[in-house]
Amino acid sequence: MLGLNKKDTSLFLIVVALTVFAPFILNPFPVGSDLAQFNAGYPDLMQRFLIFGIFAIGFNILFGLTGYLSFGHAAFLGVGSYAGVWMMKLLTMNVVPAILVSVVVAGLFSLLVGWISLRRSGIYFSILTLAFAQMSFALAYSVLTPITGGETGLQLSLSDPRVFGVSATPQGSIPLTNFFGLEMRDSAELALGGWLFTFNAGYYLCAVLMLAAFYVAIRIFRSPFGMMLKAVKSNQQRMQYTGLNPKPYTLAAFVISGMYAGLAGGLMVSMDPLAGAERMFWTASGEVVLMTILGGAGTLIGPVLGAGFIKYMENIVSKINEGILHTWFGFLPDGLEDFVVAVFYPFVGKGWHLTLGIMFMLVVIFLPGGIVEGGQRIARLFRRRPARAHERSVGAPSSSAAE
Amino acid sequence: MGILEVKNVNKSFGGLKALREVNLDVAEGSVHAIIGPNGAGKSTLLNTLIAKLTPDTGSVTFDGRPLIGMTPHQINQIGVARVFQTPEIFGELSLLENVMIPAFARRDGAFGLHAWNQVVAERDIRDRAMSLLADLKLDGKAHVEAQHLSRGDKRRLELAMCLVQEPKLLLLDEPTAGMSRADTNRTIELLKEIAKRGITMVVIEHDMHVVFSLAQKISVLAQGAIIAEDLPENIKGNPKVQEAYLGGAHL
Ligand SMILES: Nc1ncnc2c1ncn2[C@@H]1O[C@H](COP(=O)(O)OP(=O)(O)OP(=O)(O)O)[C@@H](O)[C@H]1O
Ligand SMILES: [Mg+2]
Repeated sequence: MLGLNKKDTSLFLIVVALTVFAPFILNPFPVGSDLAQFNAGYPDLMQRFLIFGIFAIGFNILFGLTGYLSFGHAAFLGVGSYAGVWMMKLLTMNVVPAILVSVVVAGLFSLLVGWISLRRSGIYFSILTLAFAQMSFALAYSVLTPITGGETGLQLSLSDPRVFGVSATPQGSIPLTNFFGLEMRDSAELALGGWLFTFNAGYYLCAVLMLAAFYVAIRIFRSPFGMMLKAVKSNQQRMQYTGLNPKPYTLAAFVISGMYAGLAGGLMVSMDPLAGAERMFWTASGEVVLMTILGGAGTLIGPVLGAGFIKYMENIVSKINEGILHTWFGFLPDGLEDFVVAVFYPFVGKGWHLTLGIMFMLVVIFLPGGIVEGGQRIARLFRRRPARAHERSVGAPSSSAAE
Repeated sequence: MGILEVKNVNKSFGGLKALREVNLDVAEGSVHAIIGPNGAGKSTLLNTLIAKLTPDTGSVTFDGRPLIGMTPHQINQIGVARVFQTPEIFGELSLLENVMIPAFARRDGAFGLHAWNQVVAERDIRDRAMSLLADLKLDGKAHVEAQHLSRGDKRRLELAMCLVQEPKLLLLDEPTAGMSRADTNRTIELLKEIAKRGITMVVIEHDMHVVFSLAQKISVLAQGAIIAEDLPENIKGNPKVQEAYLGGAHL
């Protein structure tokens, strides 16, 4: 179906189903229950899952396939956000031009950065991309303030021209982002018993674009071009003596992943029309590396899982404070309660980075294929057939790495 | 005038003169063997042909075109393919992919942005790759990762990767090293067949059985210089050659 093989089609359909029904799936606990704080089914966070999913899917086309580790991809996301906000200031609050221009501008910028950085490989390539991103960050804060809004960030204002829209609503406020009139903030709510589910227009716009981005990524992975990108990672010497020029292949992958980052940036400002330089800071570039590796670099679904995992930790685990821990362990005798809370405390709340760091180390050391490899190992435990065990261990890494 | 002409090529590594005034003239459609002791400069000579190394002085012409100044992929695109002494393959990819990649390179050139087509839909390329794997008795392992192959199998895979491109000139650096006797004989038969198709070959080989089964002409390299170039039957008796090998058991 859709020009994909059976396995990829079912993977794609599963992702479609999960995305469409996410408002239910991510809200398993009734409102007001103790566990309600673990619900992730609110629009803001669900949008972020998808937006960072897109960012990571694109990053994986570069890093997962060619092995070139960029430490500056947040710059493309940042540039995309600025371009998007400018479209809303100048043209219209319809998100379509904003998103399109974000992708194009990020693509052009990544063409420039890639063209220069890809003169080197390995650690020098990574450092060059990092330097570019940090330079962009610093410029956005200083000399480029007229374009970027400097420290306050780039915001909409009542005096923006918006030639195809209105500068201000009749009520005198800034108009809202919309998709041909459908406001991104619009939500429908469904109360079922103790549960409350929210279906948000912005979320579903993100969903459509994320699914499209995912579909394109699957096609790239299975295309002759994708095969060449794997060849770049495997043996560039052999490529050259085989009549192939690795440079344009790598540059194309770099630009494609830059455009994915731009799409993520454009969607971000479509949901919340504000762009700040901190989006280009090196930690933001590092985050997408973590997402991709944690989920499984070079796998199709891994980056999406990694993005979801990290965003969940950042937004949910980080909100668990000492008081909440005390209510959980309140059933224990006082002394023991304090002890248990003291043990858990460093790992939650502001300490969520510690948990993430430990998880990341464990994954890199024991599961180099990330969450996806973990899943595969578990699946294999359940359907192990001794006769096939050897064949799998020989053929598995490359064929399964791409799953 | 041959299809490949090497004129007065010199190459030094620091103080070591790896090639001295080397001349080579390979007739179109022939099999030309290069023999010589270890460290004689045989691989270095092939490296100067495919822009892996640039000679210090001298010229290399293939099919009337000067090769010096061209990039490795350009040289391949005009019809020169090489099997290396230590196999150069795509270790993490399957055998089938290893052979499909050079086939794509031949069809689409040095760069093609075929990001929307699907590999599975490329029946022609796939079938060609499969039939070459079958020729080399590797089709049973088509979906195995190349890095898991034995050394001899890797070499045959590399040969398949070159042959799928139907090159005009095939450079073989010890194509049978690491192979069993049976595989060596099978490879000789295969190479004979390729020669019949009119593909010119330059073969470096230590195994004299292979050399004398295939070559129409032999150049002997010792300490970077060609010390003899002759028909196979004359090489065996050449005193200079015997001296270079210093009683080397091969001859
Ligand atoms: N890239 C290089 N840098 C420095 N020295 C080199 C390089 N390549 C080859 N040499 C040296 O040049 C000489 C010739 O090497 P070459 O590999 O051409 O020999 P060969 O005839 O292929 O030998 P063998 O039969 O062992 O493969 C050797 O002394 C080798 O050490
Ligand atoms: Mg050699």
